[in-house]
Amino acid sequence: MTAVDLNPARNPKRDYSLVGQSTKWAIETGLASAEWYHSDVSRKTMKELMRRSDAPAIRDTILWFALILGSAAGAICFWGTWWCVPFFLVYGVLYGSSSDSRWHECGHGTAFKTRWMNDVVYQIASFMLMRNPVQWRWSHVRHHTDTIIVGRDAEIAVMRPPNLLRAALAFTGLLDFRFSLPTLFRQAFSGLNAEEKSYIPEMEWGRAVVAARWHVAIYITTALVALATWSFLPFMLIGLPRIYGSWHMVLTGLLQHIGLADNVVDHRLNSRTVYMNPVSRWIYWNMNYHIEHHMFPMVPYHALPRLHELVKHDLPEPSPSMWHAYKEVWPVLLRQLRYEDYYLRRELPPTARPYRDEFHNFTLPAAAE
Amino acid sequence: MSGWVAACSPGDIDLEDVMRFDYEGRTFAIYRSPDDEYFATDGFCTHEKAHLADGFVMDDIIECPKHNGRFNYKTGQAKGAPVCVNLKTFPVKVEGGQIMIHTD
Repeated sequence: MTAVDLNPARNPKRDYSLVGQSTKWAIETGLASAEWYHSDVSRKTMKELMRRSDAPAIRDTILWFALILGSAAGAICFWGTWWCVPFFLVYGVLYGSSSDSRWHECGHGTAFKTRWMNDVVYQIASFMLMRNPVQWRWSHVRHHTDTIIVGRDAEIAVMRPPNLLRAALAFTGLLDFRFSLPTLFRQAFSGLNAEEKSYIPEMEWGRAVVAARWHVAIYITTALVALATWSFLPFMLIGLPRIYGSWHMVLTGLLQHIGLADNVVDHRLNSRTVYMNPVSRWIYWNMNYHIEHHMFPMVPYHALPRLHELVKHDLPEPSPSMWHAYKEVWPVLLRQLRYEDYYLRRELPPTARPYRDEFHNFTLPAAAE
Repeated sequence: MSGWVAACSPGDIDLEDVMRFDYEGRTFAIYRSPDDEYFATDGFCTHEKAHLADGFVMDDIIECPKHNGRFNYKTGQAKGAPVCVNLKTFPVKVEGGQIMIHTD
């Protein structure tokens, strides 16, 4: 792979607000709501890949709930002794990390064939993640329309120049918790803010507030139970796993786009596929095939490995492991501290069609003058 | 010009599938249901202009390829976020070995 140093004079300084200068620039240049590159897959094959099935997600969801209930039972049973720690470690990851992939796949409506099953798991996972289910459905729609387009994408995890302390603290879940819980309370009591209203249609604003109120009501009930029993245990089971169990979500999720290009319309440039161990893939529901997911969001998680085999000739070489991916991106992040336009450009195999990166090239002549 | 227009032959569309039909600068999506009936709608999703013919047909639902928005292609009804505006539907008939759609 090569890392590309771009002239910072070419683009305006990045403004990650969704209603700021970069938003205006993205709309004016046609980066917003653009047409994206797709690898060639025949209609017949794509139909087979898109085919929905309840069975894999029912199996995984039964296992998920069984492990959650089992680890919670162990944690409660051994509460007050050190033996509760391993149970909380398992419970935390299932609650604070696996919920992210369930939220994601059910939000797309691809996990189950049956719609209500997607909706039920989506609501439960949203609660676990302290995410307003209405707001985040729309933010994710925007993430797919304008993936890593500055000023448009509401889900850019690491902005430029990168705040490395913030990225490191993300593994503790503290920053996200500190943002997510007050956001739910603010939405419950005073409604949506201007940024949220920029990507949520007006007809959904009321539903978003009602959803926030339900979440807040459950947290208040949890607090009352904790007070009544004079025990910290209810918080360890509801709410706090968002802190102590989110490390796996961050570990896998950060790799989706970190250090790669922004403001391009080719997912091969701004997304990353990483080979992972089977446990992480189960927790993450195969979202390690992230280029493939962004190119073809209608393909369910259980079909992504097959899709990967079909299109990998057209994609950059996948990172062989999470360790390799972080090792590769670390120097890029350090360089971005001084040159925020620097990014990691991963080489395509000779069998691939060239990158569709006209939005990068489009300013190069100006830079050369 | 509008009215009945020959779009394709019945064999051009698989069962439970969709195909694109362009006519006079407009794009339509023509569906063949699992019951071997034909339907037609506007060719673009009402959410963000994606071609529905690249989407996925399940029973009487067409799912948009871009954000998984779903419509009932028989009625045009939007089935929930992220699609909020219904699809326009068009009458279809099979005549003389052709699928005809009324483009008004």
